[in-house]
Amino acid sequence: MSATTIAALPDGAVAEARFAQATQLQLTWWRFRRHKLAMVSLVVVALFYSVAVFADFLATSDPHATDARRSFIPPQGIHLFDDSGFNPHVYGLRGVRDPRSFKLAYTPDPARKLPVRLFAQGYSYHLFGLFETDIHLLGLEGGARTDGIFLLGTDQLGRDLFSRMMVATRVSLSIGLAGVALSLLLGVLLGGISGLYGGWVDTLIQRVIEVLRSIPTIPLWMGLAAALPNTWSVTQVYLAITVIISLIGWTELARVVRGRFLSLREEDFVVAAELAGASQMRIIFRHMLPSFASHVIAAVSLALPAMIVSETSLSFLGLGLRPPAVSWGILLQDAQNIQVLSGAPWLLSAAVPVTLVILAFNFLGDGLRDAADPYG
Amino acid sequence: MNVLEVEDLRKHFPIRAGLLRREVGRVRAVDGVSFQIAAGETLALVGESGCGKTTVSRCILRAQRATSGAIRFAPEAGRVVDLASLPKRELRPLRRHMQMIFQDPYSSLNPRMMVGDIIAEPLKVNGVPAAERQARVLELLELVQMPPGARTRFPHAFSGGQRQRIGIARALALNPRLVVADEPVSALDVSVQAQIINLLLDLQDRLGLSMLFVAHDLSVVRHVSDRVAVMYVGRIVEVAPTDALYRTPRHPYTETLLAAVPAPDPARRGRRIAVTGEVADPAHPPPGCAFHPRCPHAVERCRTERPELTEAGAGRWVSCHRAAELDLMGVR
Repeated sequence: MSATTIAALPDGAVAEARFAQATQLQLTWWRFRRHKLAMVSLVVVALFYSVAVFADFLATSDPHATDARRSFIPPQGIHLFDDSGFNPHVYGLRGVRDPRSFKLAYTPDPARKLPVRLFAQGYSYHLFGLFETDIHLLGLEGGARTDGIFLLGTDQLGRDLFSRMMVATRVSLSIGLAGVALSLLLGVLLGGISGLYGGWVDTLIQRVIEVLRSIPTIPLWMGLAAALPNTWSVTQVYLAITVIISLIGWTELARVVRGRFLSLREEDFVVAAELAGASQMRIIFRHMLPSFASHVIAAVSLALPAMIVSETSLSFLGLGLRPPAVSWGILLQDAQNIQVLSGAPWLLSAAVPVTLVILAFNFLGDGLRDAADPYG
Repeated sequence: MNVLEVEDLRKHFPIRAGLLRREVGRVRAVDGVSFQIAAGETLALVGESGCGKTTVSRCILRAQRATSGAIRFAPEAGRVVDLASLPKRELRPLRRHMQMIFQDPYSSLNPRMMVGDIIAEPLKVNGVPAAERQARVLELLELVQMPPGARTRFPHAFSGGQRQRIGIARALALNPRLVVADEPVSALDVSVQAQIINLLLDLQDRLGLSMLFVAHDLSVVRHVSDRVAVMYVGRIVEVAPTDALYRTPRHPYTETLLAAVPAPDPARRGRRIAVTGEVADPAHPPPGCAFHPRCPHAVERCRTERPELTEAGAGRWVSCHRAAELDLMGVR
């Protein structure tokens, strides 16, 4: 139908014509849009990934810079106004000798106001890993080396927790993505072979999946992680961890793909393509794959949070990434000690993004699954 | 000249059990079926659910491979191939000569392809150039009485009857010699059934189609078919020209099927013949005549001896020991 005829039709008819000519992708999107919780989750997930991309830009101070003098500083807000009107500032730190332990403790000093500026200069980093820059979203103007913006406080070594959390978000989310990508590759390949050929190949792959899934994951990961050489660099460990967590992750995706293959193989439209004389490759890629791509996407969005939790728990147990790498699990490692935690409860704040992103991914995955298959 | 000759077709599905997947039994879905379809003729294959009629149609199109028997098909005049034994590689170029109309108009159209692409797909995979495809799609849409605008729409925009028309257009795209229609109207409303039947009749006239028309009841096939073959538990029990079969059925099973045909005129409503019992299990068919547990006319012989399909008048074949003596009731 040409554009002119559509324009000439009344509203109802236009909507109908739009519906009739909508691709499956559009229909899925329209169904997805009605799922409010999933839409909110989509925004949350998008925000998290933009944090991951702009982690260094959002960080207020060098996440690796230690300074014993500013350890365990409680979270400080940014004061927006002072006597002279709008003037965002934080307080400087003042060393106070504890009269009983004689230890020097640094506490905020309301007398020293340090102005906070947008797009301020700070430590230098590579944006997108390419451009060297030292511009950060927030920064201090002036101030001593010990001064800084401590939105979420600092840890024992005096590193700013907020900045570390930004960088950790990048590591944790990207490790989830990499793990899922690897699982997807394995899952689609093995699940496809399993569903397509059937017979003993199918039986073999399915039994392997069952065996893999029956092994308790934590001991399995512990064993594998313990086998990683101590001498490996941060990057090598990072890659090895993605392989380890996707070792289990692919099984679920393989099952989804196999199931879709099995059910689609019996669908009349696939039989019709076969009867028309279409080749095996054409049947798979033109007729079958588009029909279950949306299911795979939904399965992926449900697999991602599992990957993120895996990495977090491994690192928390000290078996995953190792410092100086920063991930949510490593941040939470600091919160393992109850004595430290009672003095500095803000160290637990790394649990908040973990919870948020996993909830968001689960809702998103549910919404996608419902939208992809309104009957399933 | 016959387009299709099926001889002693058998399709057995093994029942496997245990760890070693040993065969513990066989479902004799199709157990010795023979029939012919002449050029331009429509043969209806009728029977209850599970009698093997769909398996027959799938074996003919080689969507499934027959266990034994011969399926002689003439893709062109003067050339005959046996579809039952043909290697897969040689089968593909023959596919264009035989096409299928599916039962379920919802699952037979790919929801992700536009109607124009669905109809053009057989043309595309058989190497028809793009310019010709376009013209042919329009021609086919007109043939099945669909507007040309349907081309750019997706299947979800159409009703069951319209979808079935699209399915028919796809089946006819390559001008096949043989069309197998597997219950093409069973999933549709009665009013829409009539439209599709009329369309098929029209196409028979215009294109001289040879057709195997599979149906589960006798009410729809009367207008479409030249001859009717009635199947019961994997075997043909009666074959006859349509009118003869409707007027004077020879097999008790045909009689019960005919009794189930709704009569539009209450005054003409005949005596009701209720079929008792369930259709026999093809994995464990009863001894003798498979219909005897449900047959009101069964005698001792029916329980022990299986009747053969024997000639009973002009073009009529029936497999019943008592065919000659029974006076069965048909419909006018």
